[in-house]
Amino acid sequence: MNPVLIAVLVLGGISALCALLLVLASKYMAVPVDEKFPALRGCLPGANCGACGYAGCDGYANALAAGEELKTNKCVAGGTDVAVALAETLGVEAEAVAEVNAYVLCSGSCEVTKKRAEFQGAQTCAAAKLLFGGDGACGYGCLGYGDCAAVCHEHAINLVNGVARINDLRCMGCGACARTCPQHIIAVLPKEIDVFVGCSNHDRGPAVKAVCSAGCIGCGLCAKKCPSGAITLLNNLPKVDYDKCTGCTVCTEVCPVKCIHLGNKV
Amino acid sequence: MTKILMIAFMMIFTQNYVLVQFLAICPFLGVSQKFDSCIGMSGAVIFVMTLASAVTWLIYTYIMVPLGLAYLSTIIFILVIAALVQFVEIFLKKFIKPLYSALGVYLPLITTNCAVLAVTLLNISENYNLVESCVDGFSAGVGFGLALVLFCGVRKALERARPPKSWEGLPITLAAAALTSMTFMGFAGIADKLFG
Repeated sequence: MNPVLIAVLVLGGISALCALLLVLASKYMAVPVDEKFPALRGCLPGANCGACGYAGCDGYANALAAGEELKTNKCVAGGTDVAVALAETLGVEAEAVAEVNAYVLCSGSCEVTKKRAEFQGAQTCAAAKLLFGGDGACGYGCLGYGDCAAVCHEHAINLVNGVARINDLRCMGCGACARTCPQHIIAVLPKEIDVFVGCSNHDRGPAVKAVCSAGCIGCGLCAKKCPSGAITLLNNLPKVDYDKCTGCTVCTEVCPVKCIHLGNKV
Repeated sequence: MTKILMIAFMMIFTQNYVLVQFLAICPFLGVSQKFDSCIGMSGAVIFVMTLASAVTWLIYTYIMVPLGLAYLSTIIFILVIAALVQFVEIFLKKFIKPLYSALGVYLPLITTNCAVLAVTLLNISENYNLVESCVDGFSAGVGFGLALVLFCGVRKALERARPPKSWEGLPITLAAAALTSMTFMGFAGIADKLFG
């Protein structure tokens, strides 16, 4: 037989066999794709921030499509618009999203607190924290190496005078910074609040005074003067009950160290 | 038995495809960032290489040689490997979903992974029998995985290092890859002494 013909036949035969195998495989091992998934995924913003508790937008959309997740208001980044769009796609009642922001609970800038050591390792908070709990004089405060700023999708965090500061206009409340901070001093609180406590030091007054002039000394004056009783002292730190807070801002005025700051609403 | 051990040793250490012969550099740099995806990728490569070695050896010996088509080996092997990778992809999607989503874009890269083709062609040129071919494919995959896992550790250390600005990212990674490869040069000659 003609050698060219043999070559063509053999190559063609092997190709046909491979094609047959693939066709059979794709027929018998096909994975059904939920037709709701693309529509749901299209509603989500695609930031993959993880605020919903799933690994990225795909994970949340998958859970919604499969019916494992019933709440449509878990996307903090997308807000109420996304929740409504998701609910319409699924044909359920929409719930409003509780909009939140990140707040740094520390006021320890370079002027008010000091370093107790010169840290020369890798310039990250996580590395600094490993060495005797950090190089700051206050063991609770912001380390100032910006792990939170590095992890923020929206570039909403800046280091100002050695302390992380959140840009409220950019923050979408995903909480990635709060999960990253080794000191756990970034809190995710409602977007519209009047006041927040800018200190996380649980030590007693004299100990705080020794390391930071802007730290909460636990005097309890804010709790006493609050007309609506929204502030209680817990482990030497004021705790604000945002359901009771009326926004009078008396606490910010009476605080002797001025560590209670005005929130977004004011 | 000695020959099989020797093939395995050569493929994993002295003739390591990635670090000594510089094949399959693309997945080597692409997937070595995370330990999990390293393991997944090497698992897929080991599987594909072993299977490809067996299938191509059978096709070569029983179809191509009797018909005098040995000159077509490259093109037929590419065809068979491509079909195999596609099959593995469908298989993973159905049965091992997490691995499928972890490998993502890298799985189709095995299709064009030159190391897989190199294994099958080497089996023919070295006149290995079926068992030796399979061992060759398997240990070449293990060698690939070893290189990937080792380099993953190197990259973890690189993340903590602070190279000069112009060296950040790919340049320092390539320099580290060169140094890792030089360590494998140290194995040269060991195989002959061990099994010779």
